[in-house]
Amino acid sequence: MPTFVYMTSCDGCGYCVDICPSDIMHIDTTYRRAYNIEPNMCWECYSCVKACPMHAIDCRGYADFAPLGHSVRVLREEEKATISWKIRFRDGREKNFVSPIRTTPWGSIKPPSDYEVPTADAMSSQELAHEPEALHIDALPALAPERLKQVLV
Amino acid sequence: MRRRKTVFVDADILVVGGGMAGCGATYESRYWGRDLKIVCVEKANIERSGAVAQGLYAINCYMGMQWDENQPEDHVRYARNDLMGLVREDLGYDIARHVDATVHKFEEWGLPIMKDPETGRYQREGKWQIMIHGESYKPIVAEAARKAASDVYNRIMVTHLLMDRGGKRVGGAVGFNVRTGDFYVFRAKAVVVAAGGASHIFKPRAVGEGMGRTWYAPWSSASAYALPIEVGAKMTQMENRIVLTRFKDGYGPVGAYFLHLKTYTQNAYGQDYEAFWRDSIEAMVGDYVNHHPVPTCLRNHALLEEVKAGRGPIRMVTKEAFQDPHKETVGWENFLGMTIGQAVVWASQNIDPKEINPELTTSEPYVMGSHATCSGAWASGPEDYAPSEYQWGYNRMMTVDGLFGAGDTIGGTAHKFSSGSFTEGRIAGKAAVKYVNDMGTDGPEVSEAEYEDLKQIVYKPMEHYEVYRNEIVAGTVSPHYILPLHGLQRLEKIMDEYVGGISAHYTTNEPLLTRGIELLTMLKEDLAYLGAEDLHQLQRAWELQHRLLASEAVTQHTLFRQETRWPGYYYRGDYPKLDDEDWHCFTLSRYDRESGKWDMEKAPVYHIVD
Repeated sequence: MPTFVYMTSCDGCGYCVDICPSDIMHIDTTYRRAYNIEPNMCWECYSCVKACPMHAIDCRGYADFAPLGHSVRVLREEEKATISWKIRFRDGREKNFVSPIRTTPWGSIKPPSDYEVPTADAMSSQELAHEPEALHIDALPALAPERLKQVLV
Repeated sequence: MRRRKTVFVDADILVVGGGMAGCGATYESRYWGRDLKIVCVEKANIERSGAVAQGLYAINCYMGMQWDENQPEDHVRYARNDLMGLVREDLGYDIARHVDATVHKFEEWGLPIMKDPETGRYQREGKWQIMIHGESYKPIVAEAARKAASDVYNRIMVTHLLMDRGGKRVGGAVGFNVRTGDFYVFRAKAVVVAAGGASHIFKPRAVGEGMGRTWYAPWSSASAYALPIEVGAKMTQMENRIVLTRFKDGYGPVGAYFLHLKTYTQNAYGQDYEAFWRDSIEAMVGDYVNHHPVPTCLRNHALLEEVKAGRGPIRMVTKEAFQDPHKETVGWENFLGMTIGQAVVWASQNIDPKEINPELTTSEPYVMGSHATCSGAWASGPEDYAPSEYQWGYNRMMTVDGLFGAGDTIGGTAHKFSSGSFTEGRIAGKAAVKYVNDMGTDGPEVSEAEYEDLKQIVYKPMEHYEVYRNEIVAGTVSPHYILPLHGLQRLEKIMDEYVGGISAHYTTNEPLLTRGIELLTMLKEDLAYLGAEDLHQLQRAWELQHRLLASEAVTQHTLFRQETRWPGYYYRGDYPKLDDEDWHCFTLSRYDRESGKWDMEKAPVYHIVD
């Protein structure tokens, strides 16, 4: 379902242009508002819909297989850490769903450089950052080279 | 010609692609290389880029070693069986032994992982899968990468890698800014290619407005393969394309439906069909069909045969499971979390799975290294146990010095998915730090002539368009250029008809492949005459170049492997059976950009677990 933009809601802020993974949300130079320049390269990922502060972007199912009259609307609220969906069928039935999106405050991830500097021994070992503690087991598993068994080519 | 500014960026480690693997490489290289300059470059915006842009509802690679649920060896056996015997077991084991730590960090960072209310453990969807509320999976992972990188460059399409003056090791990469049009020269001591696999190399089932509704993201443009191929890195298993059984039109995932909701398939007449085809599959592939779980490709095969026998459509039986409100919620949220388009298709066609059993179909083929398939670069294995033939340097280094890879880029390691791709990025990131530390002051030097030549090549489609556009009144038809979409559709048609796409029932043979190579060669010549109206089309032009080079590799590998190893993914009509005597091996290719020739060879498969 490629995206489209409502003329009366879009204020041309460009958040959708900035986020679109497919580079297909662009600003129309005449109207100074966003639009989908290449609907057939839209994955309906909703990144732009979620990012739009004006709720100006919606989707209409792909013309080659989706009959009209449906809608899938979304509201992503970072401060509430939830995402809410409203699905409306062509025949009018509705379904609603709400899911959590994050359990920690935005921006709270500890940068890797804030951890203690790893030792030279750790550098030459097979362990990655935060191992073995982050594995929640005693030690990183390994294989003994003598177990190798070649199969003929 | 319009003058384009050149921007130089010098780095110790350059990570190309900011998806799951690229974010993992960026994070890990900072952990080990505190004083290094680490740069991540991405053609979109790492906040929502790569295959996880729209979210995920499951993490498909988690051992659960803390609860003794699985050990890394078990995952190697699983992946080996699913790929019909051929995986790089050393690389797969390596990912499996580290992946739990990655997932635990994701949870610490704020990813909501569902818990089993009785045991308190992660909620299992299946033996390897855990369920998550992953709408913000990518933004969370991107936050970690941004905090690790010296700089993240968004909206830069990397077109080529740069080599050191001597031509023996990598020296960086070039690309252009999709917004400003500036040319970027990245000079780096080590490069980690963590770009995307390939959608849109085979004609998709939807060809109109819906052609973007491919199963894999349309922005996965094969840069994972084209960048290393161009500089002569060896590739492996490029014939091992994947076909997905998915819900019709939206390609909504079926994993949670099979594993968690316990829904099942039947033909149009309500019959179970998989058992019906078992004996004929055994005649093609032998004992592989008796393994549990039945390999993905063989289940595809049974579905395809059933449809050919005239008993389609195949349906997923959901009506029973969806009477349970919890299961109904899981069924819908599964789509909303990762394939919203399927919810739209069902809403538009009034398909409520509580009342209707929805249709399934098989997708067009894709080329990737992270799902139930393992195309990609031939990489050096872990130092502590990889066999000598799999080890020539640093872990995850390709056959070009200083060139590392992760995620879709690295071949032979199926079933890594999102968590395994991030983990492989971490492995490559640490190895790249070692490589840079060991290098000392003897860094690579790139020649001005090389990047200046590339600058001419990169912008040529725009120059070409400007010169010939005014020859015609209006429209898209010119005798002097083709637009990127024209070239893409020609590529998809060639691959579809000659290399085993949907319209050929995934079947090909030597005469078809040979003709396919001839047509691909002409397309390659024509791509010198691509026209690009603006910078967006210039991005499409380079995505197409990358797709073409990957497609050539797929075709050459498919021609080389004279057997049908993965029925249900593709068939060699002239060699319709699996042949373990001659082909229980990896296929390797090396491309020579001067001559345009491909050298093919076999490499041994080592089984490191029983």
